[in-house]
Amino acid sequence: MEQARKGDWVQVRQTVLTPEGRAPQVPDDTKKTPLLLWVKGFAQSDGKIGDDITVETMTGRKVTGELCAIDPRYVHDFGDFVPEFLKVDVQLKKLMKGEVAR
Amino acid sequence: MTLDMSYEAVMGRKNEIMKKAIGIDYTGFESGGISFDYERMMKEAGYSLEEIQNIQGETGVGNTPLLEMKNITALARKYAPKGKGARIFVKDEAANPSGSFKARRAATAVYHAKKHGYKGVIAATSGNYGAAVASQAAMHGLECIIIQECYDSRMIGQPEILEKQRACEAYGAEVVQLTVGPELFYTFLCLLEETGYFNASLYTPFGIAGVETLGYEIAQQFRDRIGSDPDAVVVTNAGGGNLTGTARGLIKAKSEGTRIIGASVDLSGLHMASDHDFNRKSFTTGHTGFGIPFATWPDRADVPRNAARPLRYMDRYLLVKQGEVFYMTEALAVLEGLERGPAGNTSLTAAFVLAQEMDMDQTIVVQETEYTGAGKHPMPQISFAKQNGVEVLFGDPDSEVPGKNIVFPDDPGSIKLREFDLEKARRSYIRNSVAKCGVTGEVSAEDVSFLAAETKTDEGFVRSVLADL
Repeated sequence: MEQARKGDWVQVRQTVLTPEGRAPQVPDDTKKTPLLLWVKGFAQSDGKIGDDITVETMTGRKVTGELCAIDPRYVHDFGDFVPEFLKVDVQLKKLMKGEVAR
Repeated sequence: MTLDMSYEAVMGRKNEIMKKAIGIDYTGFESGGISFDYERMMKEAGYSLEEIQNIQGETGVGNTPLLEMKNITALARKYAPKGKGARIFVKDEAANPSGSFKARRAATAVYHAKKHGYKGVIAATSGNYGAAVASQAAMHGLECIIIQECYDSRMIGQPEILEKQRACEAYGAEVVQLTVGPELFYTFLCLLEETGYFNASLYTPFGIAGVETLGYEIAQQFRDRIGSDPDAVVVTNAGGGNLTGTARGLIKAKSEGTRIIGASVDLSGLHMASDHDFNRKSFTTGHTGFGIPFATWPDRADVPRNAARPLRYMDRYLLVKQGEVFYMTEALAVLEGLERGPAGNTSLTAAFVLAQEMDMDQTIVVQETEYTGAGKHPMPQISFAKQNGVEVLFGDPDSEVPGKNIVFPDDPGSIKLREFDLEKARRSYIRNSVAKCGVTGEVSAEDVSFLAAETKTDEGFVRSVLADL
């Protein structure tokens, strides 16, 4: 578990800039955080989550970073149901009842 | 010798990297002062309308349907004074291969990259443009890297941007994701230098010229169907390219009487580079956080001279609220049977109110729609807003405070327009031009005439602003 094998599709994370190295124009809250980068690629060696490993990205670049996910899933979806939209829909349908122009 | 990859060193090599990655020598268009020859740049570094029609046609881009929003028009007429309530049309740009008008910009950029022998393309974008570039790169067999500002420091990503990552990866692109911050540009430069790929910037002459076909098609479709030109075209405005390209296309079609109206979502008060604010906005584009800075200083873009210059063309600039746009996104679905957006529906929201000011026999075109789906849909956007502590309520849209709440209008009649003072934007642009170009003495006659064209004003206006500096 949480062990990537060479050739697996994985995501790695790099720290691009530490908080001290952030650009001067960055707002204060952002300046307290590092600039992080994530990229996916094929693992070039075995490794555990948290290990530094090298991946080969889709364009053939070699990138080294901290292994953070194996076969990363897409986490976005349609979210929780939003009842407010129903209220809008019902209101609109009621307003236009019998008056649909086509 | 190994290159110094420190932040300062890479930023210091910016001009050199950019020149190689775009292949345009911008200095040839510069006057040495504030002005540059915009029209010559568009002509010499871009493509003709006919060439672009062919380039786009090869990959199925463009010629999207023009749909009349009869039910939304009927709804608008309920709130309009007698005799008012213009007909609203929508250009269904979601019908483009990658699901938005951005395919037009990407088609010319990727064609250009291939023609000039680049092996791949890179674009820095969190939005529809990434998917568009990735789609075009797939069609042309080029490598593609998309760089996104995607996460806050907790690695919480905007659902809409995560969907764009998925779309880009579906088209075979590599997606590089970053936390919030303007230093994305540093990573962008590093990648351009490392790969030697083409900078498929949104703001090149050919990128903007790619949108001209959109304006041109609107004029043609109107003449064919209605027998006249549209009275107004409403454009969702962010970086200014959509507005600039559409307006130029209408001008090329000699549709000069058509008013060009920009519309943005009002996100005032939210800092675009703030880690805290990043996930408290429910629109990742089409908002004032891009619209106003880019209008008042276009050359902040990732190319030396931005081909998107919206103040040259804009007749009015209208602001709407997040809650209003979500409301109209629902109206588009339940009254017109079109599930689109939501970001592209900013201009639809403005058009809904604008129609109420205009005569019944007049016409308005909402010049884009965009695809919708998981992440990129009102439901995940509002659900995400709630998770981030944003309150969702019904009431007066003017009580909406970006980042704190989203106020759905309690009735379609309470959707309003807020006029952004274009004169203020023009003054600000002139001030920025003088400051950024380091002009200390008197501004030359050539520069005054350039600034008048840039702001769609006259030399008298420019001189009066300069006198106040």
